[in-house]
Amino acid sequence: MSLLQLENLSVTFGNFRAVDNISYKVEEGEVLGIVGESGSGKSVSSLSIMGLIDFPGKVSADQLKFAGQDLQTMPEKQRRKLTGSDIAMIFQDPMTSLNPCFTVGYQIIEALKTHQGGSKKELRTRAIELLTQVGIPAPESRLDNYPHQLSGGMSQRVMIAMSIACDPRLLIADEPTTALDVTIQAQIIDLLIELQRKKQMGLVLITHDLALVAEVAHRVIVMYAGQIVESGPAAEVFSTPKHPYTQALLASLPESASGKARLEALPGVVPGQYDRPAGCLLSPRCPYATDHCRKVEPANQGDLDRQVKCHTPLDREGRPAA
Amino acid sequence: MFQFIFRRLSLVIPTFIGITLLTFTLIRLIPGDPIEVMAGERGVSAERHAELSAQLGFDQPLYVQYYHYVTGVLQGDLGNSLITREPVMKEFLTLFPATIELAFCAAIFAILIGLPAGIFAAVKRGTVIDHSVMTFSLTGYSMPIFWWALLLMLVFSVNLGWTPVSGRIDVVYWIDDVTGFMLIDSILSGEEGAFASAVSHLILPSIVLGTIPMAVIARMTRSSMLEVLSEDYIRTARAKGIAPWRVIVIHALRNALIPVITVIGLQVGILLSGAILTETVFAWPGIGKWLIESIGRRDYPVVQGGILIVACIIIVVNLLVDITYGIVNPRIRHSR
Repeated sequence: MSLLQLENLSVTFGNFRAVDNISYKVEEGEVLGIVGESGSGKSVSSLSIMGLIDFPGKVSADQLKFAGQDLQTMPEKQRRKLTGSDIAMIFQDPMTSLNPCFTVGYQIIEALKTHQGGSKKELRTRAIELLTQVGIPAPESRLDNYPHQLSGGMSQRVMIAMSIACDPRLLIADEPTTALDVTIQAQIIDLLIELQRKKQMGLVLITHDLALVAEVAHRVIVMYAGQIVESGPAAEVFSTPKHPYTQALLASLPESASGKARLEALPGVVPGQYDRPAGCLLSPRCPYATDHCRKVEPANQGDLDRQVKCHTPLDREGRPAA
Repeated sequence: MFQFIFRRLSLVIPTFIGITLLTFTLIRLIPGDPIEVMAGERGVSAERHAELSAQLGFDQPLYVQYYHYVTGVLQGDLGNSLITREPVMKEFLTLFPATIELAFCAAIFAILIGLPAGIFAAVKRGTVIDHSVMTFSLTGYSMPIFWWALLLMLVFSVNLGWTPVSGRIDVVYWIDDVTGFMLIDSILSGEEGAFASAVSHLILPSIVLGTIPMAVIARMTRSSMLEVLSEDYIRTARAKGIAPWRVIVIHALRNALIPVITVIGLQVGILLSGAILTETVFAWPGIGKWLIESIGRRDYPVVQGGILIVACIIIVVNLLVDITYGIVNPRIRHSR
């Protein structure tokens, strides 16, 4: 039984499909990387797992299961018991993700109190332990600090402490380092991975950073315009990408442009609500697109272990199959 | 914190000078002569007029009069009423409790209705509830006070007979003036039914006076709540799995209250100035009615003094608001 299992999950806002029939699963202790441009539905899909999509957003799925429990049919109250304890999430901008009116201690203890309870003293001791675990010096005094007294990296450590407070089995990290300095980024990722290994959590790491995913993720999902265009074991996807979009993403890395005068770039932007093309959504930007691609939407090929959504997946040499 | 209060207090001095200057000149710009008004229909001879002018100091140049006025104020002397010859301060203190009582009840009404209405509208954004709250508050905000007062009076006092038309308490009661607050004095008097009578006299004026502040508070609370509800930290709170009411009441409201408190503070000015109309319509013996009558009588010292005191109260309340602001919002408390 997988820890998290999604089948044909869609999130719609009116007529706009922010997430379009995606399926994937996360195993216990697995690191899953989700990559893609801004607006490709990475965050929205994970918010829907947390049950944080608000009206007018609508979530539908053939299957949305956490550790065998159906998240869609369970009562609101029971689902809230899972969120924050068994499934936790950390967000992109730590500086705005902490409530400015409450101390760090209050916010961590609130999470503990909601799901585990305990005396005031116990809770405080637990909170200090958590801050120590995420590498915050002088945790006792930090507990009484307000968020505006912390730096960005420190805030993200607090966010992590808060999310692991109830020993989650699945942690979703939505671009946890995007808003941080480069030097801090590595520290935060190291911390996340260390905690993941120690606690054997499932970790969904949403990021723009392909190099990072290649380094830490077991499996990777590439999303484009709300759809999963390619998924598979990280090493395989990055060494032999089957989808033109993955290929383009990899080519746009500065590392792959050594010796060239210009960086490779994929022209155009992710289609929005009103300019979604017929057929394959990538077709207007894809260098290999044929008339067939522009008319008919490709189906997913392969199984959940190695999936590609393309009429003409690329071969080992990176050329489209005939 | 002390430095903060001190800095705020130093801003009071220019405001104070401005207010004295404005009231002093404006009341003298209104056509009419206090001595003529005092004399009434009989009129006054030219000699007697000159004599009185000299006695009251009106024969001196304006800047000298202003100098005397301001030096008086600085020594705590607001002058005497031209009509009653009583010190302005004394008259004010006798009438002020009535106004405070009314303004306080109106503020309670405004907050008790406006705040929950605003929160509710924000949480149920875009629904019928939201639209009706906003429509009601816009109507309340744009309604002329005196008309609204007469309308309520017509329906509830005249047609339904539920509440009295005017005054602070029924004439059958004779209440000793202990605190000046009718609600308290009526209880102290021990007379049966006195308190109930005082309350029933307060209901309509409080609603009338509180309507505009209520509308402002409801709208401000709604927009402030809407802004806060879309903040990242609300998402964090929800991701912790805490109950929805807790997210709204603890996490959102605390932040949303910051601008609302400022607005509530600003409403004190509206309550005191709105009291002028409300008190006149309901024959409420407070400073609003007192000021209006004094303007009619060209009672210069009363108008100047009365407005100055009211202005000072508004300044003090705003200072208190700023301090409260610092208590609610840790970012302000620490940024010194």
